[in-house]
Amino acid sequence: MSTKQLYSITALFDSPDEIIHAASETSKAGYTKYDVNTPYPVHGMDGAMQLKPSRLGFFAMAFGLLGAVSAIGFMTWVTLIEYPLVIGGKPFWSWPAFVPVSFELTVLLASVLSVVAMIVIYFKFPNNAHPLHDTKYMKAVSSDKFGINIQAEDPKFDEKAVTEFFKSLGGKEITPVYFDEDELSHGQKLFDPKFIGILAVVAVIASGTTYFIFNQLMFMPPFNWMMTQEKLKAQKPSELFSDGIGMRNPVDGTVARGFLPYPFKGQLDSVGKYLVNPLLPTKEVLETGKQKYLTFCSPCHGNFAQGDSRLRGQFPNPPTLHSDKVRNWHDGNIYHVITEGQNVMPSYAPQIARDDRWAIIHYLRALQRAQNAKESDFK
Amino acid sequence: MKKELPSKVKNIGWALLFVGIVIYVIGYTVNPREAAFNNVIGFLFITSIAVGSIFLIALEYIAGAVWSVPMRRVNEFLGGLVLVAPLVALPMFFHLHDIFHWTDLGAVGTDELLKGKQPYLNLNFFIIRFVVVFALWNLFYWLFVRNSLKQDLSKDQKLTTQNIRLAAVFLPVFAITLTVTAVDWAMSLEPHWFSTILGVYYFSGTVLAAVATATYIIVKFHENGYLQNLKRDHFYSLGALLFAFINFWAYIAFSQFLLIWYANLPEETIWFMKRWEGGMQFVSVLLIIVHFAVPYFLLLPQEAKMNLKRLKFMSIWILFAHLLDLYWLVMPTYANGVTIGWMEIGFPVLIVGLIIVMLGYKMKRHNLVPVGDPKLERGLKFRL
Repeated sequence: MSTKQLYSITALFDSPDEIIHAASETSKAGYTKYDVNTPYPVHGMDGAMQLKPSRLGFFAMAFGLLGAVSAIGFMTWVTLIEYPLVIGGKPFWSWPAFVPVSFELTVLLASVLSVVAMIVIYFKFPNNAHPLHDTKYMKAVSSDKFGINIQAEDPKFDEKAVTEFFKSLGGKEITPVYFDEDELSHGQKLFDPKFIGILAVVAVIASGTTYFIFNQLMFMPPFNWMMTQEKLKAQKPSELFSDGIGMRNPVDGTVARGFLPYPFKGQLDSVGKYLVNPLLPTKEVLETGKQKYLTFCSPCHGNFAQGDSRLRGQFPNPPTLHSDKVRNWHDGNIYHVITEGQNVMPSYAPQIARDDRWAIIHYLRALQRAQNAKESDFK
Repeated sequence: MKKELPSKVKNIGWALLFVGIVIYVIGYTVNPREAAFNNVIGFLFITSIAVGSIFLIALEYIAGAVWSVPMRRVNEFLGGLVLVAPLVALPMFFHLHDIFHWTDLGAVGTDELLKGKQPYLNLNFFIIRFVVVFALWNLFYWLFVRNSLKQDLSKDQKLTTQNIRLAAVFLPVFAITLTVTAVDWAMSLEPHWFSTILGVYYFSGTVLAAVATATYIIVKFHENGYLQNLKRDHFYSLGALLFAFINFWAYIAFSQFLLIWYANLPEETIWFMKRWEGGMQFVSVLLIIVHFAVPYFLLLPQEAKMNLKRLKFMSIWILFAHLLDLYWLVMPTYANGVTIGWMEIGFPVLIVGLIIVMLGYKMKRHNLVPVGDPKLERGLKFRL
């Protein structure tokens, strides 16, 4: 059984000026439970209805600040703490680069979350049933009319009085709107077959289009994939150069940056006389040495240079670096071994910069000293 | 509907104009080089207001705007400055060697970059461009205003249609000519430097200056009983336009900085380096505060855009900000570091005097409201 109940009396007006007048008269007459519906925002309506300033602006402010703070905070965390990378020779914390991202996120969160807040707080989502839905009144005010309705809940409400009141204001099509209590209390028909059917169609179209774009369209001309583009490849001939060789030699008489030639190739025995550690064992140098040692050396030689790493047994065993031989070596000999490699050990010159090699040697000396401390060290 | 400026205001205008000319003459005799650089600022400033006003007229026609019709005449009066601007520029043509490094043919001969730019940056072509640009602006201004004034008597709707077509032709012309002006008078001060966005940068300041001048005059008129039919909705629109272009300026200014900062090419960054040493860094920071931060927050609230006092204050503020912006563009070429003296402060006096005298002259002859415009009625009833 459906029980029809009166929701409100509605009236339509033709122009924004009339609706402003009607709204201000209604609020002057002392009605409180009433609302105005217009096809577009009419400026000055807040004043006419004597509404308090909307609080939605504060939500927008808060969400915008949230966006700005989270964008700047995230980029600060990434660039300073989690993964500091030098990009274009700029400082880690390069704020100008953050501005566009922060701006976008501020605008995005402020706008999207404000709409969400409006829907949740003012429209009471997920409740989407409203007595005014599907009425002639709603159709009119969403095309070219301006409507006002006073609700039956209003303490001053009286059907005849309100009708007369609207007439005196010049309202047209003054009609009552009823609602069905059953319908409102039924809640949402989320599993309405029509809704589910349309949802399914949308899902099929969306996924089908996506499939077509990524698996078919992208492989049709004019899309040009990097794999098939013409380019220079390492170790491959090329028609671009007249000699037909793809890889180029450095210009004669030049040395590439960071590629200083190593003049002592194969001279392990004599190198110690010529090469001297250029660094002092300061705290910073030892810190660098420790970091580089743990990264590059410890997998084989072990964390304490005893040749006892977890890889022991999988290769010819790496030697301990606490042997008399290594302890009595000059720094230059160790440098030579890191640079050139020895036996199974490959050259680490490409991985470890020159200064870092010397820093590792300082750290290694500290490890050796810790294992074979002299009497004097304990004082 | 003819309403003359009070003779007191007119006298102030003439006095300012006279003082301005005296300052000009003294400036050019005492220190021609500094005077010429200040002349560039003044010239760009008056061009901003003049051409910006014509742009606003064209914008109204092409967008079919209704709200601005009752106050369009103010823009039409201000656009008249486009005839005077070349006169302001005239003294500079005797001192081009002081201003533009590229006019020095000896230096151009030994400089690969300048040699490459010579087909564009040479004296003859420069003067041709100047003449053509101002001829075009004056032509369009004359056509717009002629139709508009004719309409006062004939009330012929066809004239509006004509002006709409004219606006469609003018806007692309405006985009090119304004870019040319910005490149010629602002960018070529440092001929090695280039920035493709500088034309847009000057455009943002141009519209801002034009809207600010118009806003100040309109509000002042309204308060003194000249344009009494204007409502809060009209003023809100003016305020919103100011607010929009403040943001647009900041957006363009930052875009220019960001790209140059990112690419980090020496021939581009040197321009910003010059503006970041010898005290200029304070001017640069001041520019951000004066041209963006302060107006942004003062114009942000809805009420502020309808508050006449606030609008008047912000218009004057923005005009000063635009002057500072031009100072920041031009003066670092004159000398490293901050140059500030009586000339920097004194030269804008002439422009203000010119604006008042121009208003007085135009108001004596023409209606203050386009009474024949078919959109006028709707414009007066305008509601947001």
